[in-house]
Amino acid sequence: MTPTTSAAPPAPRTRTALHWIAVHTTAVAAALFFVLPFVFVLLTSVMSDAQAMSGELWPHEWRWSNYAEVFRTPGFLTWWRNSLLYAGLGTLLTVCSSVPVAYALAKFRFRGRRPALLLVVATMMLPPQVIVIPMYLVWAQQLHLSGSLWPLIVPLAFGDAYAVFLLRQFLLTIPREYLESAKVDGCGELRTLVRIVVPMAKPGIAAVALFQFFFCWNDYFGPQIYAAQNPGAWTLSYGLESFKSAHGVDWNLTMAATLLVMAPVVLVFFFAQKAFVEGVTLTGVKG
Amino acid sequence: MATPLAHRPAPALRRRHTRERLRTLGFLSPWLIGFTVFFGYPLLATVYFSFMHYNQIQAPTFVGLRNWTYVLGRMPLFGPALWNTLWLVVVMVALRVVFGLGVGLLVTKVKAGAGFFRTAFYLPYLAPPVAATVAFVFLLNPGTGPVNEILGALGVPAPNWFNDPAWAKPSLVLLSLWGIGDLMVIFMAALLDVPREQYEAAELDGAGAFARFRYVTWPSITPVVMFAVVTGVVQTMQYYTQALVAGKLASGVSVGPGTVIQPGYPDGSTLTVPQLVYSLGFQNFDTGAACALSLVLFAVAMAVTSLLMRRRAGLLGAED
Repeated sequence: MTPTTSAAPPAPRTRTALHWIAVHTTAVAAALFFVLPFVFVLLTSVMSDAQAMSGELWPHEWRWSNYAEVFRTPGFLTWWRNSLLYAGLGTLLTVCSSVPVAYALAKFRFRGRRPALLLVVATMMLPPQVIVIPMYLVWAQQLHLSGSLWPLIVPLAFGDAYAVFLLRQFLLTIPREYLESAKVDGCGELRTLVRIVVPMAKPGIAAVALFQFFFCWNDYFGPQIYAAQNPGAWTLSYGLESFKSAHGVDWNLTMAATLLVMAPVVLVFFFAQKAFVEGVTLTGVKG
Repeated sequence: MATPLAHRPAPALRRRHTRERLRTLGFLSPWLIGFTVFFGYPLLATVYFSFMHYNQIQAPTFVGLRNWTYVLGRMPLFGPALWNTLWLVVVMVALRVVFGLGVGLLVTKVKAGAGFFRTAFYLPYLAPPVAATVAFVFLLNPGTGPVNEILGALGVPAPNWFNDPAWAKPSLVLLSLWGIGDLMVIFMAALLDVPREQYEAAELDGAGAFARFRYVTWPSITPVVMFAVVTGVVQTMQYYTQALVAGKLASGVSVGPGTVIQPGYPDGSTLTVPQLVYSLGFQNFDTGAACALSLVLFAVAMAVTSLLMRRRAGLLGAED
């Protein structure tokens, strides 16, 4: 803003206009920072091999066949299938096992409820590296299941701390009267949960399911521990890194693969935007 | 339970109590089993192994405190790894919170194209970490990366980003700022929750933009800022995937299964404590040292978590 010591301060209308311009210029600058990486990745992904090595920014020809080539890369389709299996089955198991636990922690009165909740939070905060070694030894040496994704999927059938916590936060908002009137109507706790609580908690469940799906889809550490020895069990997130090494300086194919790994997450986001934002706000703002 | 005889409840009531307790146990059972098997057991086993020499082939042998003195005293990589993790915890968390708050503020002010801006700022947060890291290693690669092409065209001296020990961690910070969407959303929600009347009252009292932020906005969003800081610290202590992938890819070493590479390229500048646990346990097969180091990480994580549990941080929410 210009110093206006002698002149009268600018009329409110001018000030508003200046403010509008300042805000929107900043927003455009910020948008460039967030969007340009996607743009450069996309542009490089359709370049020819030679051009991708050149450092030029705009493709001479748009070679969409790079994407077909990525799919023809040995293993790529298997990684897709594995990612879908891990994320899909993992999400289903997490939701089914976490809902009753969250319900009990939110609505039952029992001794030890607060300590139980603190333990859930503690597990949630725990770096996965802390307990991985003994777990790996059990899966690999006793159960002979390393080289597969089962060591990552099976534990999700026993409640996930993060899901339990988020669901509990959501269930707290369901008024007790609904549950009590269900009980007056002769519903047992299990029926109340299935008939009353789950339908009311749909937005919360959707948010938790999304988070879990993305967690599994994005997981790198888990597959690195349990699936590394067996390329047939790799997921996209794990395989992508080796894709780069296999293709050396072929940045075009690597960028196409990178976008293909991002695509499902972005698609899911556009279809479920509302549940998503709900979930992010759920994580802790409402105190 | 040893209830005094006089207070013993009527049999019907007692039966109801037992039934309620069984019901609670039933609902909690998935987690009770999961917690015992996938948390309690491995934690105890980690403590056990931290006193053993165990190379995952021969049977473990007891070595007393040797792993502990090794990890805390003589292990050459522990110091750098701890330093890198602390550096990231301080710099990354601070910048993320400031930047996230800035973007959140911006989004509440934007009028034209608000939906577009919100989506554009949020989307990168969703990019899978490995994919985002691969993309950034490409964008910032010193040879042909678009960023350095542009900087070169503008005549700005271009750093070597992920290939320069002094720039590798700042590059990771840049990557983390790109994925600020989660913080933007919670800050946006908090900012929209500040009562409008307070701003109007402050304006009537002649408060400028800064004073309004300092005396109206800030006090009402402090809990959310606290939350962002503490969860940020917890996440950054686990910082693993991006550092590992960036280091591996930037080093150009081919990474098939079984390839052992020196972690933390370049020059150990991206080696974090969680990476060191992995490297000790799964590359050097030094189970004992890896377990001792994980317990150090555990202790720090728990200390931070206990901060988070304070009521001030507002994480647990109201009791029902």
